[in-house]
Amino acid sequence: MLKLFRYLKNYKLQSVLGPLFKLTEACFELIVPIVMAKIIDVGIAEGDSGYIIAMGGVLVLLGVLGLAASLTAQFFAARASLGFGTELRRELFAHINTLSHKEIDRLGASTLVTRMTVDINQAQTGVNMLLRLFLRSPFIVIGAVIMAFTISAKLTLIFLIASPLLALMIFLVMKLTVPLFRRIQAKLDKTTLSVSENLSGVRVIRAFSRQEDEEKQFRKNADDLLSLQIKAGRISALTNPCTYVIVYAAIIVIIWFGGVNVNIGGLTQGELIALISYMNQILLALLAVALLVTSMTRAQASSHRINEVFEVTSSVTDEGNSAVTPDSQAPAVAFDNVSFSYHDNEEYALKNITFTAARGETVGIIGGTGCGKTTLVSLIPRFYDVSSGEVRVSGANVRKYPFRQLRGGIGFVPQKAELFRGTVRENLRYRKRDASDAEITEALDIAQALSFVKEKPEGLDYKLNGGGKNLSGGQRQRLTIARALVGRPDILILDDSASALDLATDAALRRALAARTEGMTVFIVSQRVSSIRHADKIIVLDDGAVAGIGTHEQLLASCGLYNEICLSQQYSDSGKGAGANG
Amino acid sequence: MAEPSGRPVFKPLLRYVRPHFRLLLLSLLLASVSVAAMLYAPILVGDAVDLIVTKDNVDLPGVGNVLIKLGVVVAVSALAQWLMSLCTNRVTYYVVRDIRNDAFSNLQRLPLSYIDRTKQGDMISRLVSDIENISDGLLMGFAQLFTGIVTIVGTLGFMISINFKITLVVVFITPLSMFAARFISRNTFKLFRRQTEARGELTALVEEMVGGAETLKAFSYEQESEKRFEEQNQKLRSVWVRAVFFSSLTNPCTRFINGLVYSFVGIIGAFTAIGGAFTVGQLSCFLTYANQYTKPFNEISGVITELQSALAAAGRVFEVIDEPREQPDVPAAVVLDKVSGALTAENVSFSYVPSVPLIEDFNLNVAPGQHIAIVGPTGCGKTTFINLLMRFYDVTGGRITVSGLPVRDCTRSSLRSSFGMVLQDTWLKTGTIRENISYAKPDATLDEVIKAAKAAHCHSFIKRLPQGYDTPISDEGGSLSQGQKQLLCIARVMLSLPPMLILDEATSSIDTRTEILIQRAFAEMMQGRTSFIIAHRLSTVRDADCILVMRSGHIVEQGTHARLMEMKGFYFELYNSQFEV
Repeated sequence: MLKLFRYLKNYKLQSVLGPLFKLTEACFELIVPIVMAKIIDVGIAEGDSGYIIAMGGVLVLLGVLGLAASLTAQFFAARASLGFGTELRRELFAHINTLSHKEIDRLGASTLVTRMTVDINQAQTGVNMLLRLFLRSPFIVIGAVIMAFTISAKLTLIFLIASPLLALMIFLVMKLTVPLFRRIQAKLDKTTLSVSENLSGVRVIRAFSRQEDEEKQFRKNADDLLSLQIKAGRISALTNPCTYVIVYAAIIVIIWFGGVNVNIGGLTQGELIALISYMNQILLALLAVALLVTSMTRAQASSHRINEVFEVTSSVTDEGNSAVTPDSQAPAVAFDNVSFSYHDNEEYALKNITFTAARGETVGIIGGTGCGKTTLVSLIPRFYDVSSGEVRVSGANVRKYPFRQLRGGIGFVPQKAELFRGTVRENLRYRKRDASDAEITEALDIAQALSFVKEKPEGLDYKLNGGGKNLSGGQRQRLTIARALVGRPDILILDDSASALDLATDAALRRALAARTEGMTVFIVSQRVSSIRHADKIIVLDDGAVAGIGTHEQLLASCGLYNEICLSQQYSDSGKGAGANG
Repeated sequence: MAEPSGRPVFKPLLRYVRPHFRLLLLSLLLASVSVAAMLYAPILVGDAVDLIVTKDNVDLPGVGNVLIKLGVVVAVSALAQWLMSLCTNRVTYYVVRDIRNDAFSNLQRLPLSYIDRTKQGDMISRLVSDIENISDGLLMGFAQLFTGIVTIVGTLGFMISINFKITLVVVFITPLSMFAARFISRNTFKLFRRQTEARGELTALVEEMVGGAETLKAFSYEQESEKRFEEQNQKLRSVWVRAVFFSSLTNPCTRFINGLVYSFVGIIGAFTAIGGAFTVGQLSCFLTYANQYTKPFNEISGVITELQSALAAAGRVFEVIDEPREQPDVPAAVVLDKVSGALTAENVSFSYVPSVPLIEDFNLNVAPGQHIAIVGPTGCGKTTFINLLMRFYDVTGGRITVSGLPVRDCTRSSLRSSFGMVLQDTWLKTGTIRENISYAKPDATLDEVIKAAKAAHCHSFIKRLPQGYDTPISDEGGSLSQGQKQLLCIARVMLSLPPMLILDEATSSIDTRTEILIQRAFAEMMQGRTSFIIAHRLSTVRDADCILVMRSGHIVEQGTHARLMEMKGFYFELYNSQFEV
């Protein structure tokens, strides 16, 4: 938690003033019992009604001042904690943006989203609590002890014994219950998992008639949860009665020795009442702490999780790179003996890949699942750094480029058709921020998306929901293709991005790409032979290694694996002939 | 959030509480005892103070007696409070467990039609957070409400018994704090709604930008996304600051009003004391009450909000529990064994919605060992077929027979276990690989499991995993590739190898080479087994004995490959489009 406090640096004043005013309020509160004691000892004892009214006025005044101080404190605390949250959120977001694919893969996008939202909110609440309340309780306890000391040094001893005892008791209860609550949470998570699993697998479960076993498992987890809850409840239910007993034990002792003291004239009746009041104030303050500790533990855990993300640094960076002058004679993309593994000391996902793609060439990449097709094309925009060898774009190593220049020249269509909230136009401007409607329309046309966009009454202003959920899978894919085409990139990469298209649209798309991407180097990753059959160069991958490079005809003659793939898809020229008939 | 729609909540809840009725009564009794004792303590403190007046005017033996009494009262109160918590906890946790078990158990028996139309997230929140809500709000809330009311009534009683006039001061000023709290919360409500909206916006943006980080990087969109984020971030800050500030006014305001009560009790009490009708001890006792009196009021108004949301939650949970179950098997249901593999459909009709008929007058006669292929474009209703074969849904007209027996007269479990099913969406359970393969037969030996894995060609990759067959699968198989998951699902069927098979696009996301191996294994598995194959790949169904061609829910053509090609109908079109360039 302390590590995150640096995000309070722009709110130093607020974070000092907040607690300061809170303490002022606590001071006013601590004066009250003394004034009351005066009313009793002077006002009532001497029957002085003027004095009572005056002191009563002081009490009301103290209340008003306390209210003012406390409102000011809340104001500064809100400003500081929200400022903290806002800065933390911005910094974390910027930090996540610097991470490369490798780190994002490892952390997982959903984890990062939780860190950004739930955890930051939790930490923010923690800071707010800290500024507003946390300092108050110890201050009241210490203040009450000091005030008690001014009344009677001897009787303060009782306070000095009772306060640590209370703190110890609360600490012990926390220590015993926190691990239990953690286990309870784990059991609850298991319940959630179990329900979601049983819903998504309902057909399989019923097909195997395993309902009763599933139920048995669920019941066992429920019983475990129950016994943990009862166990934790038994301990945490002790907090309040114990606090109560300790405080009242202290009060009993105070009254007894107070009585003895009054009898010998060392103490007045009003002072005794004031001492009792202070003990009661300690009781209330400590009960508040017990409540606070829970939310502070939570904030602490969240801070820890946030720091974990901050500690991850990007393994791929373009720091210090300046613009590269491309060599127009060099091939558009060249792989020179490239090997790559996702994690160090792991089996290579790509082994000794060497090939070149000339300007304007279409390169098809085919092979089984997990053979490294996606990995290969991910190295061109430098989503990952190679383990050995070199990837060159326009003659220069990709490591030399600033990201903006390298990626700016590439139109990438990922496997997952990811669109963002906003209009079609906004979505198509991700590659080129100032693209004209004409450019957008052309891209849509090539991507076979123009017709369905035109059908919408709003046209380019048609609003997409989050993830483009109001479009079909095929429509989404076509929009992501159009998005990559806007502004005519030098290199276009289609990573198995026609999988949701029906065969006729897929064919039309390929025809349009072939005809209208003059000078563009196109990479098509696919599992379908028909998608890459007409490429200038086909790379056949097998388990991370090149099994063959060449045209369709060359590969048919030379590459056994390619033949096998064609055979399994029943792809033959006779099949093509049948298509011509239909 | 669905409204409880006025469905009775208390009655079903009472059903769960009834077995613990005595415990509940005991807890209420203990609550009363604890509160009474707790309220009596300040009076005893006051009595003691009254015996300590001035120098040489202290009745120490009297004080001693009072203090002993006070000690007993405090002990009783604390003990009662602890026991009460134990009782409430026990009742709460037992009731909640029973409700949850019943809900889950009903979930296992609900008709598929209900589950198919329910959103998964909604069901999860009913079974988890809604039930938690019942425990926090309804049961704990009830205990708090009761304690609160007893405290208020008790305090009033004690105060009136001491001094009526000063009681009036407390009674009239205290509710001010409630009004203040109500006033603040009503005004912050709007702010909070705007804050929630802004927060939702920001979360959506984060989900999009972080979830799509890899796409954004491809377009070097980092700076723009940061700009957009910061804009939303600042917007959120400005509404949130106000919401937090205004809502944090409640505590200081109630404390202020508390202070006022304290001051007035002090002043008026002092005057009354001068008149002699009021002792100093009584004043100190009153001051303690004045400090405590607002607390239950604030608690109660909090509890009531919680109670309301808990009632809504309970309504949603009981909806699941009371949802009618799948029709049970007929009383004299036959257990299918020695299934020959013969299957007929006679004049079958079916529809999900009565007004939209899907399958009408469908007839099919499958001899043992025949292979039936079902083809058609995506979304044409091929899964409807599985639903009927497995009796996930019942036909609305006609009948389906297996080995000559109408499926309605068989037990569901015996019918289902005579089919081996590999579905399009690969479902794996949290557990080890071994547990998943032996799902149909939990007591299978490791040898049997390995044999099935080998037949499904997944033995080699399982062997390479660090923990082999004991490798845990988490997050619905997140660490495995789609192809590997599908292989495991196939192995799961391989282990039991029932007489009939349903294969639903099982090979669609496995790479082509593995697919060849799988198909070889399938061919072996299908040998002599009646099989229903659903696939996009027409090549895999060419050898079928009969092909059912489906289009938007209807079966439009039926016959062998050769016959359907001759017909030059929809199948012909479909078949040829695969090779169009």
